[in-house]
Amino acid sequence: MTVYLPVLLYYANIMAEKRTDAHPDSLASHQNVALLMRDITKVFPGVVANDKVTFELKVGEVHALLGENGAGKTTLMNILYGLYQADSGEIYLYGKRVRIRSPRDAIRHRIGMVHQHFKLVPRHTVAENVVLGLDGAPFLAPARAVEDEILQLGERYGLKVDPKAYIWQLSAGEQQRVEIIKALVRGADILILDEPTSVLTPQEVEELFKILARMREEGHSVIFITHKLDEVMEVSDRVTVMRRGKVVATLSTADVNKPTLAKMMVGREVVFRLKKVACERGQEALVVEDLWALSDRGLPALKGISFSVCRGEILGIAGVAGNGQKELVEVITGLRRATRGKVFVLGDEVTNENPRRIADKGVAHIPEERLKRGIVPEMSVAENLILKRHHRSPFCHGFFLNLRAVKRFAHHAIEEYAIMTPGPDTPAKLLSGGNIQRLILARELSGEPALVIAAHPTYGLDVGATEQIRQILLEQRRRGAAILLISEDLEELMSLADRIAVIFEGEIMGEVSPEAATLEEIGLMMAGEKRRVRR
Amino acid sequence: MKRLGPFVFERRLAPTRTAILGYSLLAILAALVVMSFIFWAYGVSPIKAYTVIGRTTLGSRFGLMEILRRTIPLLLCGVGLVIAFRAKFWNIGAEGQLLAGAVAATWVALFSGVSGPVKLPLMFVFGFAAGALWGIIPALLKVKLQVNDVISTLMMNYIMAYFVKWLIYGPWRGPTMRGFAYTDLFPRDAWLPLIRYSKVHWPTLLVGLVAAMLVALILSRTRLGYEIRVVGDSPDAAHYAGISFLGVSLWVMLLSGGLAGLAGVGEVAGIHHRLLEPDHVSLGYGYTAIIVAWLARGSPLAAIITSLLFGLIFAAGDEIKVTLQMPFQITGVFNGLILFFLIGVEVLLYWKVGLVRKGKGWVGKAGS
Amino acid sequence: MGWESWIIDTLKRALAYGTPLLWGTLGEIYAERAGVVNLGVEGMMILGALSAFAVAQSTGNPWLGILAASVVGGFAALIHAFFSVTLRANQYVSGLALTIFGLGLSGLLGTSWVGISLKNPLPKATIPGLERIPILGEALFRDHSYLTYIGIVLAVVLWFVLYKTRWGIAIRSVGESPSTADAMGIDVFAVQYLCVIFGGILAGVAGGFLSVEYRPAWTEGMTAGMGWIVIALTIFAAWDPLQAVGGVVLFGALYHLAYRLQAWFPPEFLKLMPYAFAILVLAVAGLRKVKRGAPASLGVPYVRGQR
Repeated sequence: MTVYLPVLLYYANIMAEKRTDAHPDSLASHQNVALLMRDITKVFPGVVANDKVTFELKVGEVHALLGENGAGKTTLMNILYGLYQADSGEIYLYGKRVRIRSPRDAIRHRIGMVHQHFKLVPRHTVAENVVLGLDGAPFLAPARAVEDEILQLGERYGLKVDPKAYIWQLSAGEQQRVEIIKALVRGADILILDEPTSVLTPQEVEELFKILARMREEGHSVIFITHKLDEVMEVSDRVTVMRRGKVVATLSTADVNKPTLAKMMVGREVVFRLKKVACERGQEALVVEDLWALSDRGLPALKGISFSVCRGEILGIAGVAGNGQKELVEVITGLRRATRGKVFVLGDEVTNENPRRIADKGVAHIPEERLKRGIVPEMSVAENLILKRHHRSPFCHGFFLNLRAVKRFAHHAIEEYAIMTPGPDTPAKLLSGGNIQRLILARELSGEPALVIAAHPTYGLDVGATEQIRQILLEQRRRGAAILLISEDLEELMSLADRIAVIFEGEIMGEVSPEAATLEEIGLMMAGEKRRVRR
Repeated sequence: MKRLGPFVFERRLAPTRTAILGYSLLAILAALVVMSFIFWAYGVSPIKAYTVIGRTTLGSRFGLMEILRRTIPLLLCGVGLVIAFRAKFWNIGAEGQLLAGAVAATWVALFSGVSGPVKLPLMFVFGFAAGALWGIIPALLKVKLQVNDVISTLMMNYIMAYFVKWLIYGPWRGPTMRGFAYTDLFPRDAWLPLIRYSKVHWPTLLVGLVAAMLVALILSRTRLGYEIRVVGDSPDAAHYAGISFLGVSLWVMLLSGGLAGLAGVGEVAGIHHRLLEPDHVSLGYGYTAIIVAWLARGSPLAAIITSLLFGLIFAAGDEIKVTLQMPFQITGVFNGLILFFLIGVEVLLYWKVGLVRKGKGWVGKAGS
Repeated sequence: MGWESWIIDTLKRALAYGTPLLWGTLGEIYAERAGVVNLGVEGMMILGALSAFAVAQSTGNPWLGILAASVVGGFAALIHAFFSVTLRANQYVSGLALTIFGLGLSGLLGTSWVGISLKNPLPKATIPGLERIPILGEALFRDHSYLTYIGIVLAVVLWFVLYKTRWGIAIRSVGESPSTADAMGIDVFAVQYLCVIFGGILAGVAGGFLSVEYRPAWTEGMTAGMGWIVIALTIFAAWDPLQAVGGVVLFGALYHLAYRLQAWFPPEFLKLMPYAFAILVLAVAGLRKVKRGAPASLGVPYVRGQR
């Protein structure tokens, strides 16, 4: 009997589901409701990503879905788009119960999604990307068939883009337009935008908002996922706030203000207690002179960059992703060859030295790709903590590792940086994002480096971890480290940096001080306008 | 979490040791089951086949010695491949590296002019060096010219096999061998001592066991081992940490090839006492060692067990040939099956299986 | 011997030797374009060779043999697809397992066919008209196997499909970025399955060519590493069906030229030439930086929800 019971229950479950099928809920029969997701639950190993989430979208509205990283916004939308299946819960479109098992189903139901990380094939053309998987496209020369439509849609919505261009040649803003066109070509009525502004300049953001307004006029409904309060206030009609997998509230934007939303989002009063004490500028720790380098594709990525960072100061590098930030970091840390120019650390030239030599000089590197580069996933926390110093005393004597010293250091670092791990022997891949970043910081900063290169150090982390990591960076500055901070988060740069340099297409457009500069000014430089060039 | 009828599957991030062991045994069992169908299709009763195998291998001193004799080259090559696989270097070339070792040993035995007690140690040294050299070439090709390691190591097996053929048909053909394609017999001082009434050349076995322990030590306790593991697990992190790919790859292939070379020395100095056709020097030990290493899951000490297992399969293959008149290729079929099932159960390692239960979700089963 | 006959002879033999390589390479290109490396080509080829020979010998019809080879090759590839796509197992190991298994099984089942020469091998054909083109006509269009002609036409067709049709965009997208293809409603698994099986069918035919036309006989292990050369040629051809034709002809010509040196070198050295060429060809590809053209998600199993 014990064996049969679960089977019976399983079928009983199916029957129950069928019954609700036959009786659509009265809630969903409201005239102007485009979408209702009811009691959606989705569990991943160790986390409840969505816990009985109910979400409603009206026809012709821009609805912001607000929440911190990890609040479950993207999971909810991936369920709507058929990329994940909900463990339980129902979805209604225009009052009718639907099941969305795959993106194909979603597209058939006129749902389009622009993912945060664009779903584009970089080596294909715009037209090829648009026609991929498109129903009704001709078998022969399909790309040519959609070129006209792409141009027409561009006219109508202000989405200008060349159908014959390759994706890798386009800026992030243009790529986003391709994504929107992809959805429109498929006749999307409901458009989901996942953190659409994170890759845009302030001016491009304005343009996007105009496009969204145009779409609203044409009767489209838009879901706008974000964690930025200003954007919610500026663009949305209604807002749903999520926290830790649950919906906190759904409100009309006109009825709320930023502090209320912030409190709902974080679950407590948000006070950024960043104490930035004035620091003595010391010796020049990093000097970069006329630096040139190529990208992975062999195109010039850095075109004559020069700057310097002194001990006790933070130089912020602002810019839209893909303008040479990655290459700049890699050249300084020895991971990429400079084709011209020089790099000096503490007065010694280190141009094109190998990464180990540069690290040994006292250069810490908090890498952009945390999981790919920053840790060795299968190896233990303790072993990860000595990466880069595994060849030096006290961890290594001659040929052999000193496992006792490794362990001692691990215990110390876990405590000091509050890394939440079952123990030093746990594989690093089991740690959460914030703890992985703490591990990297612990490793990089424990040697009291003279220069810290921090690339997007708080990207994708929750508020708590973000705050802690910013504190740690300020602490390093106070200790007398020179810090090069690369970030796309202008707010972060404004609150941490002593000076901000803006990078565009591999060149420094200008340098400003955060106290004197306006967002607009920085935005224009991010879009390629030259200002106040030093020297 | 996924549901399939009354079963519930939940992902787990790190498999437990018991799960690994249990599922590996399951894979071997599954391969045995499929094998019995093949026996049956071939007109041989599977029960009879397994009884014969059991009796003639595990059931007699002679059988046990045959297992040990086959284990020796598998162990040496397998331990070498464990190192290579830990660094994600796809060394499929143990067969060629083994032959290179055999060639070098033959040269010392017949043509170097050395004699006396230093001769055997010298054969091992030269055999290691030759295997290492044959291993280093693909490492250089991979790091410097991005030549795919699978292809280069494999192609070098063929090249070495034809080189051996050339030697035994050409310059090294033994004048006393009356036209057969052999070299002359090695002089007695180049013969490895055997365990009495067997073909087990125990010094090589000893070398293999010591090698397994040394490699385990290297991997877990030394700077080189640490770097090997970083390179294998995350090449990007290795690059970031300034670990030299060239250096690690060269070391890895030096050790991996060298150990396979030692296996070659053992075969010619312990069993054949001359150089002969490449597929007689090695019955595909270098290829089977891939499975030995894969089953050992990166542990050199586990390779001792897994090489014994495959030693048994080789010994069984001999018996099947003689007693049941089936071709020796049956071992290839079995090896392929085992490898398939091994990677098949790999997926299961990352899932916990349970039964749906009323209200309480699910109960863990199978190695949870 | 004049230079014309020298060229004709070289090209002719290059094409004959290259035909199985071409079929195998075209198949592997499709599998890899869909993101799946199949190191089981050797195994699929040898199984194809045995089944082609067995069926051709029993029925007396070599074409039925080729058909059988394609079916067997397709089924062998299905195993690889199941392990590497559905179970997301390590593609290298799965392919190796297929090769070990194929070599073993063909040796086991082929014992009774050893030493028989085929009654009725695949016929050769001459293309009327084209054969009259001076030099090239004689080299390319006279007395070649049907499979040689079909192979070359197939290369052109497969190139066209890959670059100029809906299917091609879908296949290339799956190999470049499966998550993108998935998000656009392409069934990634189906595309990968189909491409891997298609690759197996072509590999089976390649093996069949060896046993019912090139040799025509069955010997154990008769593919002798050709399956691995196919994988090298796939890289050398930069995953492009048309370049594959060039690569195969070049490889065949090198192989043939080595035989011209017979007077000066012992036969064992000539026999190891193809294997040395395979490495050489990859080294050249490395210098040309062909790797940059590899499908971006090659060898990475696709898991929905992971980038």
